[in-house]
Amino acid sequence: MTLGEVAKRLELKGLVLPDPGRQVRWGFCSDLLSDALAHAGEGDLWLTHQRHLNVVAVAKLTGVAGVVCVRGLAPSPEVLSRARAEGVAFLLSRQDTFELAGRLFRLLQGEA
Amino acid sequence: MPAEPSILLRRVFPVPPDAIEEAGKASTEVRRLLRGMGAEPEVVRRAGIVCFEGEMNIALYTKGGRIVLVVREDRVELLFSDRGPGIADIDLVKQPGYSTAPDWARELGFGAGMGIPNMEKNSDEFHIFSRVGQGTVIRATIYRRRDDLGRSGKEA
Ligand SMILES: Nc1ncnc2c1ncn2[C@@H]1O[C@H](COP(=O)(O)OP(=O)(O)O)[C@@H](O)[C@H]1O
Ligand SMILES: [Mg+2]
Repeated sequence: MTLGEVAKRLELKGLVLPDPGRQVRWGFCSDLLSDALAHAGEGDLWLTHQRHLNVVAVAKLTGVAGVVCVRGLAPSPEVLSRARAEGVAFLLSRQDTFELAGRLFRLLQGEA
Repeated sequence: MPAEPSILLRRVFPVPPDAIEEAGKASTEVRRLLRGMGAEPEVVRRAGIVCFEGEMNIALYTKGGRIVLVVREDRVELLFSDRGPGIADIDLVKQPGYSTAPDWARELGFGAGMGIPNMEKNSDEFHIFSRVGQGTVIRATIYRRRDDLGRSGKEA
């Protein structure tokens, strides 16, 4: 499923969306950067509370399809402009990680 | 003794202490350079992760240091050196979960104690040399795929 489609179905607000056609393969939840570096996969949607500059670098290094900021915790304009420059998608959800991950799981499970 | 394969690229990245927000720049640049040289995506991915973790550790735990990237035909080498405080027990810092990260860094998602294990896992050769009171040198080597040998410089 494409990132644009996932965003629509899960009511995610696209803060930075360089490529809505990018395929979302699976999801990943963690607030620990080293955990994300070790276990987030290429094409995953990364759900996290972290929203500082290093998240952009980690997203780039892991090749995730995008970063979803949960519980309405949006990053600063500085972080978003770095994300734009690096071509990293950032989306915003009002939901908490548990509920959003549950919905994403159901959405992607049918496809796998 | 056979000669070392010649150096295709060498770059030095200074890493100042405490500049957490700045840290991540070297790994971004390393990725960009390797991709530009046509390194395989898996080599780029591993080198980027090794570089990021090493860079963060220099920024978080030391008085500053530098990273040297050396690309040879058959391998990518990353050398991390810092001005101390040094590591007293190298086996301990290699253990997953061991961390002395301060609370403010943990809130930013550092301090999982998985950085050095991540570096080791993504390297083919990995060595830590340290002298307490002086500093630490880490050498990580990532070998390039056999069928890619001698084809560097071409776009992937
Ligand atoms: N360059 C270094 N100099 C001194 N101590 C270091 C250095 N790098 C890592 N350490 C120590 O090793 C510990 C483990 O590092 P690491 O595996 O990267 O996990 P984390 O950074 O999450 O704590 C750190 O908490 C720190 O105490
Ligand atoms: Mg670390």
